[in-house]
Amino acid sequence: MTLVSAGLVITARSPINSAMALVSTFFFLAGIYVLLWAHTVAVMQVLVYAGAIMVLFLFVIMLLNLGDAPHRGKSSVTRLLGGASALGLLAVLSVTLGRTNPMPANLGPQAQATFGTMAAIGQSIFTTWLLPFEAVSLLLLVAMVGAVVVAKSRI
Amino acid sequence: MVPITYYLLLAAALFCMGMFGVLVRTNALVVFMCVELMLNAVNLTFLAFARMHGDGIGHVSAFFVIAVAAAEAAIGLAIVIAVFRSRGSVNVDDIRTMKH
Repeated sequence: MTLVSAGLVITARSPINSAMALVSTFFFLAGIYVLLWAHTVAVMQVLVYAGAIMVLFLFVIMLLNLGDAPHRGKSSVTRLLGGASALGLLAVLSVTLGRTNPMPANLGPQAQATFGTMAAIGQSIFTTWLLPFEAVSLLLLVAMVGAVVVAKSRI
Repeated sequence: MVPITYYLLLAAALFCMGMFGVLVRTNALVVFMCVELMLNAVNLTFLAFARMHGDGIGHVSAFFVIAVAAAEAAIGLAIVIAVFRSRGSVNVDDIRTMKH
C-alpha cells in the first residue's frame, strides 16, 4: 500500500494529486512505525508531516495556481538513466540489507514497557542529546526567518 | 514477528522511488515531495534498526530528521515561490541561469 501510494506521488500528473498521494503515504508509514513500536514517532509523523508540511505544500500549490502541467517530461534518456540508477541502488541495498540479522531484539518486559514511549525519548533528548536539540531549534528559527525573507516580495 | 529485513527492504524501495522521482520529474514542487519521500525512507530505516537493537537512540535520530525536514520544506517552498515570482515557472528545466 505504501509503495502504491508512493508510486502515485511520482506518477501523478497534477501536483495536487501528488500531494494527496503523499498524505496517504505518510499515514501508511505512521502505521508501519507503530508496528515497529515507535508510537511517539508515529504521532509526530502524522502531526508534523501529514499536518504541517502538507498544509504548506497545498498552500504553495494553490498560491501558484498550478493546474495540470503540459506534459513535457524529461527526455527518455533521462528517464532511462534515472530508472537504471534507481534500480541499481535498489539492488545494491537489497543485497546489503539481506545480510543483516533479520530478527528483532528480544526485549525484556521492563524494556517493553518503556521502549519508544514519550518518556524514554524525552529523557534521551534532554540529557544525552541536549546540544543537538538546541541546535535543531535554532535551525528551525533560522529557517522560519529565512523563509519569510525569501518569500516576501519586498521588505 | 515480521523480520526487520522486510522493513529495511521497504525503506530501500521507498528511497529508490523518491530518487527516481527527483531525477525524472520536472515540477519543482513534485521534486520536493520526492525529497520528503526519501527522508521518510531514512526515518523508517532508523526506526527499524532501533527496533532491531532495542535501542531508543534511533527514535531520537528520527525526531531530528523530522525537524530538519520541516525546516527544509519551509525554505524550499519559499525559494519556489520566489522563483515563480521572478520567472513565472516552477519547471526545473527552465531555471538555468546558474548553468554554464
